[in-house]
Amino acid sequence: MSTISQKPSVAPTRPWAATPRDRAMTALSVALSILATLTIVAVTPMKGKLAYFFLFFITWFIIDSLFVVSKSGSKGVKDSLAAKVTLFGGVIVSMAVFSILWATISNGVKGINLAFVTQNMREASLFDPIGKGGILHAILGTVILIVIAIIFSVPMGILTALYLTEIKGRAAGIIQFLVQAMSGVPSVVAGLFIYAAIILNTPLRSSTFLGGLALTILMVPTVTRTAQEVLNLVPSDLREAGLAMGATQWKTVALVVVPAARSGLITATILGVARIAGETAPLLFTVGVFDSYNFNPFKGDSGTIPTVVWAGLMGGTPESIQRAWSAILVLLIVVLIMFVAARAFGSKQPKR
Amino acid sequence: MSIDAPVKVTPEARKITTKPRVSDQIFRGIVTAFSFSALLILSLIAIFLLLKGFTTFKEQGLGFITHFEWSVTQDEAGKEVAVFGLQAMLIGTVVISFVALAIAVPLSVLTALFLTFYAPERVKKVLVTIVDLMAAFPSILYGLWGFFVLMPMAEYWAKLIQKWLGWIYIFDVPQGVYSRSPFIAGIVLSVMIIPIITSVSREVFSQTPLDRIQAAYALGATKWGMIRAVVLPFGAGGVVGGSMLGLGRAFGETVAVYSVLNIVFRTNFQILFTQGGNVASMIIQKWGEAGKTEISALMAAGLVLFILTLIVNFFANFVVTRAVKSGR
Repeated sequence: MSTISQKPSVAPTRPWAATPRDRAMTALSVALSILATLTIVAVTPMKGKLAYFFLFFITWFIIDSLFVVSKSGSKGVKDSLAAKVTLFGGVIVSMAVFSILWATISNGVKGINLAFVTQNMREASLFDPIGKGGILHAILGTVILIVIAIIFSVPMGILTALYLTEIKGRAAGIIQFLVQAMSGVPSVVAGLFIYAAIILNTPLRSSTFLGGLALTILMVPTVTRTAQEVLNLVPSDLREAGLAMGATQWKTVALVVVPAARSGLITATILGVARIAGETAPLLFTVGVFDSYNFNPFKGDSGTIPTVVWAGLMGGTPESIQRAWSAILVLLIVVLIMFVAARAFGSKQPKR
Repeated sequence: MSIDAPVKVTPEARKITTKPRVSDQIFRGIVTAFSFSALLILSLIAIFLLLKGFTTFKEQGLGFITHFEWSVTQDEAGKEVAVFGLQAMLIGTVVISFVALAIAVPLSVLTALFLTFYAPERVKKVLVTIVDLMAAFPSILYGLWGFFVLMPMAEYWAKLIQKWLGWIYIFDVPQGVYSRSPFIAGIVLSVMIIPIITSVSREVFSQTPLDRIQAAYALGATKWGMIRAVVLPFGAGGVVGGSMLGLGRAFGETVAVYSVLNIVFRTNFQILFTQGGNVASMIIQKWGEAGKTEISALMAAGLVLFILTLIVNFFANFVVTRAVKSGR
């Protein structure tokens, strides 16, 4: 009996884990390559951020390889090089994102003030000093636009997804393919289409409603694909239970499947909205630009955030460019909030 | 008072049928009808653009694709003479998109490998969020960033490339102007398509069969050896498909390209020089002052762009679906 209670004398080892010596070597190689980079930049004519960045990685590749070759030979060198090169790729991608975020925030905040989000541009032009006029009309215009796009594309997208996951009809393969094809429609083509089909053929002229239609074309595929993924996650036990209780398919879908996938369907909607919120090209054909409030979605041009940014960029003066940055910051904040909301809803698992 | 004799009730058997109830028939009818909206919309786009661009196709014929001139002038009699040719823009679109792919594909594959096999859990979460966030950025934001932040840096990079690789024709610059070049537009597009290629590659890499990975390790492969022998051959299809999806996006990008590119109707392969084209942004550029004939030509250009992206997307989806399915 006493032998059982004895603790095993051999502790489990982890031969693959980094030893203190390995860590010291990594730290040393990083330190050495930073030093080497600084020396090379100081001595040779290579200058600038680009030089620092690439020289650091190149010297690090070389110096660390020297350490590794002593420990694990040429195969080990290849292995550790591969790890560093993939890290290099990830770093470049993140640098691009942080550069974009930083540029937007640092340039955008300078033009944000109370007037910017509570006034319209009726009394002011893009070229007036900052502090005069704002983009409230554009914010409201974008909201109306998004609501119209949601009204059309959410039912369309979710019903298409239901066809693909619940009915699985004969045409499911073709529909799936068409939805994927639709997600590749260039935004400028969506705008041209609405112009060609409606503005050239009917008395309707550019309005928020037509803009919403153009954006629907871009939003439906996103909603459909996300909704389809979510509906596929609903366990089929739930469907079978519903049917076994004697419910019709309609009742099962409406009372069991859709409620179980509710948070995911909200995510689908939010992702669709995030996809279209910043679309500019179709709005130039279908909504136009306007400097004050327009609450009638069926008549008249309307201001929207993307077109304000566009006009600011094309204006070319420091003030108009400042307005463009500030407007894009407002748009980016809205998109970020939706992005976070989509993740929050999406991380909820379907109810079991 | 008498108690009624129990009435003998023989329950009638419910008719068993496979025919759906009326409510189900309505439900199925509505859902099926809506599911065809994608087909309806796609065919309407083709029909209306063809209708409105028809006169241009008829007058210009094949020249609409092969000419590189775009002008509406009046002859002495005051009659409109219109010459529309997309060649320069089509070539420009392809040039920019391939610059974008050349930058985006290696970076995306490296990032996807890093995410799937190297990154610690916490870093992975952050980087996945970053890549997803990139996909949600509005295209006009890429335009602003490309013009004000990237352009000054990229001009400097272009000068470096010209200095060291200028002896290759495509990297040569005839006059010392480096701004608003296809190279810069390509970088902007590459940032826009990295999230697409990365997420498709990551999905395919992560579906590499575990038994093959473990077999490689059991034979003594290092991580890189395993990736080269197992993951890359397995995921190649997905990477190709993802790149083509990115290509489709790059073909159709409008606002971001228009912000950073100097659109000139001349066939130009010198990617560092300030001259280029892109069908989508050309449409925006010409739209403002377009008369009736020109609008028809722009509709026709839109149709060409639409068909081009449909074809690229068709092949891309085909390849991706096959690559993803083979892992299951």
